[in-house]
Amino acid sequence: MSKILVIAEHDGEKLAQATARSVTCAAQIPGGEITVVVFAADPAAVATQAAALKGVSRVITVAAPHNGQALAAILAPQVVKLAAGYTHVFGASTTFGKDLMPRVAALLGVPQISDCMAVEGAHKFKRPTYAGNALVTLEAPSDRIVVATVRTASFDAAATGGAASVEAVTVEVALPSHTRFVSVQAAKSDRPELTSAAKVVSGGRALASKDNFQLIFSLAEKMGAAVGASRAAVDAGYAANELQVGQTGKIIAPDLYVAVGISGAIQHLTGIKDAKTIVAINKDAEAPIFEVADFGLVGDLFEVLPKLEAALAG
Amino acid sequence: MQKILVGIKRVVDYNVRVRVKPDGSGVATEGVKMSVNPFDEIALEEALRIRERGEATEVVAVSIGPDDAQQQLRTALAMGADRAILVKTDQPIEPLTAARLMLEIVKKEQPDLVIVGKQAIDDDSAQTGPMLAALWDKAQATFCSKVEIKGNTLVILREVDAGLETIEVDLPAVISADLRLNEPRYVKLPDIMKAKKKPLDVIEIASLGVDTALGLKPVLTEAPKPRAKGVMVKDVGELVDALKKKGLV
Repeated sequence: MSKILVIAEHDGEKLAQATARSVTCAAQIPGGEITVVVFAADPAAVATQAAALKGVSRVITVAAPHNGQALAAILAPQVVKLAAGYTHVFGASTTFGKDLMPRVAALLGVPQISDCMAVEGAHKFKRPTYAGNALVTLEAPSDRIVVATVRTASFDAAATGGAASVEAVTVEVALPSHTRFVSVQAAKSDRPELTSAAKVVSGGRALASKDNFQLIFSLAEKMGAAVGASRAAVDAGYAANELQVGQTGKIIAPDLYVAVGISGAIQHLTGIKDAKTIVAINKDAEAPIFEVADFGLVGDLFEVLPKLEAALAG
Repeated sequence: MQKILVGIKRVVDYNVRVRVKPDGSGVATEGVKMSVNPFDEIALEEALRIRERGEATEVVAVSIGPDDAQQQLRTALAMGADRAILVKTDQPIEPLTAARLMLEIVKKEQPDLVIVGKQAIDDDSAQTGPMLAALWDKAQATFCSKVEIKGNTLVILREVDAGLETIEVDLPAVISADLRLNEPRYVKLPDIMKAKKKPLDVIEIASLGVDTALGLKPVLTEAPKPRAKGVMVKDVGELVDALKKKGLV
């Protein structure tokens, strides 16, 4: 039987949807039993949310002041200590998981499966390479613990309504002092979060300025959508780094993705190919974004966006 | 700080659209343009800037790969690295093995700082940096977009999903470069000539005593299923109607 340990990702209050998606991935392992571990200064609220995820049979909490901030160097030795007795350790392929899990895998002395997009057996997984242009199925050794990060866009969030047990544990392990958290500048907004939003409006280089990028925020607000951006728009300073969608930014799978003034480099397309419906608005009819769009509109975004907003208001 | 080690990976160029081999054994790389992994160029640029500010004395570029990876190391030398080391192998190397090999180089070279790209654009694994930090038992800072040196400590700005995080790490450390850390310099012709004279040591992989067998066995490589062909709409009205029909607006 497989015993899977899923590392909870959270901000101290709210469990990240990425963890609920990782649980869905873990649940696809045949005969698996899922434990979620919450590292926090005060894990109670997050543990309650994790315990409500269907498919989770147990939640363990590790409450400690040093777990108040997610630092890979502090968390990894604790995960390694807890991993004894498990067959799999999963984390989401977010900046949190990408920072932590390789450190865990190396300490355990096993290779890691990054960005698992499909489970084909307890030790067989599929993952994207080359910006999603080649999918590789990998077989991990069956006699070793499996460490993987989960490509969250490939899995729906686990439903709630479960009632797993919650158990506090202590982890006795030496922790390093070489890494210290200072601060985090998080963009506060009322908009939906990019990786979990049902709708996303994204802007590209064609917006041409930070001021013009407000058009994207305005349309997103009207649609109740999250805001995304192409790498070109982020590099040019039109949008914040955490809005970047693509191979080196966020991989998303909304019901509706509206790409405005984005040409559609393969590195961007890999971040949106799981979107259910893609709309492209671009003045270049030859732009590669139209190859993946369900609905394409050739036109100048500065003329199209006001009309679109008006039509949606009407 | 004395020495900075920079990881340089030879990868299929950013602009190449790779093709999956029909027999499912991998992607076709023969005759395809190869380059330095773009994130590794950013890593190297940062190391060079630190040295040019007088905060480090030597930058060493390290690659693991086939003999042809010397080309990418020559590019690194032309950018300004002082010398280069190639760990030569014709076998595919997975990130844990790369980290173990890098650790052997680290033990010999005793750098104060190792800078790598946050991911390689071929396998997109994003593992080698943090794995090396773990094996070396040192601090790590992934996805760096700003690095400030304060004595024996680095103050790092990291690009995280929530926004920007600041952490402090003590040296020695391993850090990984994100896109906006810097803009790498262009190589000029005289620098390419000069680079030919810089030292490039080639080490046989077997001499490092690391087990290089693949832990993860690739069973099949396939192309993704293409999306169904969409339609072009003539104006905003038609677009909104189509989205309404699907219940999306």
